[in-house]
Amino acid sequence: MRSLLAIAGKELTEAVRNRWVVAATLLLGALALSLTLLGSTPTGTVGVNALDVVIVSLSSLGILLLPLIALLISHDALVGEVERGTMLLLLAYPVTRRQIVLGKFLGHMVVLAIATLVGFGAAGVAVVFTGADVDRQSWEAFGAMIGSSLLLGGAFVAIGYCTSALARSRAAAAAVAICLWLLFVVVYDLALLGVLVADQGAHIGSGVLETVLLFNPTDAYRLLNLTGFANVSLFSGMAGLGGTVALGSGVLLAALVGWILLPLGLATALFARREL
Amino acid sequence: MTSDTSAPVRTVEIANVAKRYGAVEAVRDVSLAVQAGECVALVGHNGAGKTTLMKLMLGLIRPSAGRIHVLGADPAERDAEARRRIGFLPENVAFNPALTGREILRFYARLKGEPKSEVARLLGVVGLSDAADRRVGTWSKGMRQRLGIAQALLARPALMLLDEPTSGLDPALRGNLYGLMRNLARDGTTVLVSTHALSELEGVADRVVILDRGKVLANGSLGELRQLARLPIRVRVKVAERAATPAWLREEGLPFNGHHYDLVCSPDAKMALLRRAAANDGAIDDIEVAAPTLDELYAHFLERGSAR
Repeated sequence: MRSLLAIAGKELTEAVRNRWVVAATLLLGALALSLTLLGSTPTGTVGVNALDVVIVSLSSLGILLLPLIALLISHDALVGEVERGTMLLLLAYPVTRRQIVLGKFLGHMVVLAIATLVGFGAAGVAVVFTGADVDRQSWEAFGAMIGSSLLLGGAFVAIGYCTSALARSRAAAAAVAICLWLLFVVVYDLALLGVLVADQGAHIGSGVLETVLLFNPTDAYRLLNLTGFANVSLFSGMAGLGGTVALGSGVLLAALVGWILLPLGLATALFARREL
Repeated sequence: MTSDTSAPVRTVEIANVAKRYGAVEAVRDVSLAVQAGECVALVGHNGAGKTTLMKLMLGLIRPSAGRIHVLGADPAERDAEARRRIGFLPENVAFNPALTGREILRFYARLKGEPKSEVARLLGVVGLSDAADRRVGTWSKGMRQRLGIAQALLARPALMLLDEPTSGLDPALRGNLYGLMRNLARDGTTVLVSTHALSELEGVADRVVILDRGKVLANGSLGELRQLARLPIRVRVKVAERAATPAWLREEGLPFNGHHYDLVCSPDAKMALLRRAAANDGAIDDIEVAAPTLDELYAHFLERGSAR
């Protein structure tokens, strides 16, 4: 445990030194604030649901940005140290490879937590300052959005470690990471849409669709945030889908957690087999 | 100190170890035993298998054949207590340039469960106290190498593995490092140092292991290796007057620079030659004897190895 915390602490210090923490927080914060302030213009007269609108825009933003940030900080976590030559020395110490992977994960999760809490939290603060009246359910939805954003980030940090454990060089790891981002964030949904249109509902029922959506962490995240709360789903235009998708929040949360644990386990196994 | 009755403790035991990477045999049938308090040098070209042997001893890779025991444990089992007592300085040691020297050493100290006070002490030992709070990225190569030595000294290791430790160090620091290695060995630490600067090892290494293409070519103290090699000894004599040069010297010696003659003899014949030269009273001014250098010794064993 002591070694794990030492590695997590070092990872966090490095992220602060390399300006990763500041950059990620500023990026998320600036976009969240601009979405909040600009986004409230059209609904300004409605007022009551200002935060729900923010949740819809932020989670749509989060789907694009969080996986990207997570992959950027994680793709060279292992191969980068191998390439720089620091891994050889680290492995000579009384630490296991699992402790190295988990320690780095812990450190990177703290980086993501700072970025999402401060960045997205700024949007929440801005809504309060605009004087909008926000009900309790909306705050709950907002909290759930920040929490699930962290899970989404964690899933992609773990996926990034898999590429890092496999890749022979940092450049290769970066290339694979970008491809994975495209696959999960863009290609997967487009392909799914194409298949659905071609199928015309002949073979693929809602049950199959639900299962397919669980195989992509970004879809699980989207469903969780856009259909999980009644007010939000109304604004997101997902009310129709929310009615037909029978997946409960529990299943979606479990899918996200599974998307953290499985790649993390895989990355550990891949890294354990790697010879230096 | 341990009692006199106990046999010397073997800290490293390597028996018939081989390591293959695909078709490449990095280490071939190496056997080596090292005792506590011994300072052993692994000498060889790049690619001779020195680093692979160290990785095997650290348990970073597993042998393809044979077995290894380090501090009473199989290193591949990664026993935490045995590992804590191994100090390692990799070749071309690298650190994250964004962190300060103190932060880096503190991180490694935490991994070995050492207190903060040790960090400050070791930074002093390697003479980095003043630079400790600057980022390592701004340091010279020699300073980074010294930080590498400091981290290897954490937790008073029972086994010290130093892979090319003198690269990047200026001569004064090299001297310091060799002194440090002697002190460690005196205090019972096993020191294994890989190098290709064989000539610097006189008075430092108790034993030299010459490796070539993954095989042990020679293993013994420098004196033993000299005897084994039976390299010729060169004797240079200076005559007072060229005209008065003894006949035997004219015959056997090679004239050099007017008043000098160079002679070559086997180690056994050395004393007889010196007596003969000293007997020619007055005719010979000076005698210089040159034992084969360590580099010549190394070249000899390499040549013999490739001939086999």
